[in-house]
Amino acid sequence: MTTAAPVPRLIEQFERGLDAPICLTWELTYACNLACVHCLSSSGKRDPRELSTRQCKDIIDELERMQVFYVNIGGGEPTVRPDFWEVVDYATEHHVGVKFSTNGVRITPEVAGRLAASDYVDVQISLDGATAEVNDAVRGPGSFAMAIRALENLAEAGFSDAKISVVVTRHNVDQLDEFAALAARYGATLRITRLRPSGRGADVWDELHPTAEQQVQLYDWLVDHGDRVLTGDSFFHLSGLGEPGALAGLNLCGAGRVVCLIDPVGDVYACPFAIHDRFLAGNIVSDGGFDNVWKNAPLFVELREPQSAGACGSCGHLDSCRGGCMAAKFFTGLPLDGPDPECVQGYGVPALARERHKPRPSGDHSRGSRLSSAGPVPLTLTTRPPARPCNESPV
Amino acid sequence: MWGLLTVPVPATDAAVPAATGGGAAFDPGLRWRLHPQVAVRPEPFGALLYHFGTRKLSFLKNRTIVAVVESLDQHTDARSACRAAGIDDAQQAPYLHALGVLVQSKMLVPGETR
Repeated sequence: MTTAAPVPRLIEQFERGLDAPICLTWELTYACNLACVHCLSSSGKRDPRELSTRQCKDIIDELERMQVFYVNIGGGEPTVRPDFWEVVDYATEHHVGVKFSTNGVRITPEVAGRLAASDYVDVQISLDGATAEVNDAVRGPGSFAMAIRALENLAEAGFSDAKISVVVTRHNVDQLDEFAALAARYGATLRITRLRPSGRGADVWDELHPTAEQQVQLYDWLVDHGDRVLTGDSFFHLSGLGEPGALAGLNLCGAGRVVCLIDPVGDVYACPFAIHDRFLAGNIVSDGGFDNVWKNAPLFVELREPQSAGACGSCGHLDSCRGGCMAAKFFTGLPLDGPDPECVQGYGVPALARERHKPRPSGDHSRGSRLSSAGPVPLTLTTRPPARPCNESPV
Repeated sequence: MWGLLTVPVPATDAAVPAATGGGAAFDPGLRWRLHPQVAVRPEPFGALLYHFGTRKLSFLKNRTIVAVVESLDQHTDARSACRAAGIDDAQQAPYLHALGVLVQSKMLVPGETR
C-alpha cells in the first residue's frame, strides 16, 4: 500500500475552526404556539426587534457568498412568521438548502404538497414521546396529535424522508424502538438528540435528563442502531462507554468552530444550546455582517484556540469525549474545563454535588412567568391560561 | 482509512445514508467530473464538497485531492488527472480509492467522452 502525504486528523482541523460554519442553526423567531418545558431558546413571545424579511434575505445572500450550503431553521416555531415561506424560497433559490424544525402546526395537506415538490427543503417534526402521554407532558396538550397529523400530511403528499426529532429524556428513553417504528410508518428518519440544560431546559434538567443507567442503555441502543438514526453528533459525551469510533459521527464540540447559531434578532451565539451572554459572539446587524462575526469575533477566536482540559486532563477517556458539552457544563454551573454533568465515568455526579451557581438566564421569551428552578417541576404547567391577552398563542 | 477523504458527514445531520444504491462503478481509465449539483468550498485543510441533491457532505483532506477532483473533467481519464496534479502512478492508489468513494456517493459522475 502506498501512503499519501500525512494529513492532520480532520477533528484537529475542525478544532481550529473553518472559514464558514458547516452547520448553521438559525432561529427565525422566538414566537411559539407551544411552551415546551425544555425549550432551548425559552421561546414563546415574539421579540419586537426580530429581523425583517429584508434583513433575513441579506443574511442569506451572505451565506451564499460564504458557501454555507444549508441552514437548520428553527425557533420558536419558525412557520408562524408570516414571511416564513418567502424566506425559505429565497434561501433555496440562492443555494442555501433549508432544513426546518417545526411542531407541525402549519404543515397542512397543502403545505405538505408544496414541500414535497421542493428538492431543497427538509422538514423535521419535533416529538418528545412516542405516545401522547409522554410527549404532551413535555410539549403541551395536543402537541402529539399535531405532530402526527403533520407526519401524516407529509407522507400522504409524497414527501419522502421527513425527520422525526426527539430529545431523549428519562421518560422517553425506553421508547426508542417505538420512535423508530413511528418513523418507519411515515417513511421518515429518526433523529435523537441530547437534552441540554439550556433555556427553560435549565429548570427541568434535573428531573428529565436520563439517569446514569439510562445513558448506558442509550449508548447501547445507538451502537446497535446508529447507522439508521441521526443524532446531530450530540451524544459525544457517551463515547467513553466503548471503543473509539463505536459511536457514529464526529465526536467533537463544534461550538464556534464548525457550528453556530443566529437568533431572531441577529445575535450570533457559539451553538444552538448556548443562548446566553457568555457565548454571544456579536450581532449581524451591528457588527458588520455574519462573515465578520464568524471570522473575527473574539469569542470565536478564543474557542478555536486549544482548550484547557482542566480537571479532565488526567482522564484516559478525554480523547473520546473531549470533555463533553460546553453548554451542559455552563448551564448546570460546572466549570467549563471540568467534566460534563453526564460524564459516563461518573465524574459529573460529585461535581454536581459540590456548591455551584447556575448562571442566570440572559434572555427569556416565555409567555407567562418563568418557572421557578426550586423544587420539582410539575410537567402540566403548560395548561395554564395565558397571564395576559397579549401572551396568547402567536399563531 | 486512506486519510484523504472523509465520507459521509460528521458534525451534521445533512447526510442521510442513501436509501438506494450508490453511483456508477469507478473506472480510473475513464473521464469523470463533479456532479452538476455538487459545490466545492475551499478550506485550509482542503475542501468541503456538498451535494445539493443527496444533501451529503464530504471532506477532501488535502489540497492535492482537491486539485484532482476539480480538474477531472479536463483529462481523458482519472489517472491522467492524478499525474497532472503531480501524483505519479506509484502514488495514485489512495487518490483513486478516494475518487472511487466519491463516485459511490454520486459526488462524481462519468464525464462526456470527447
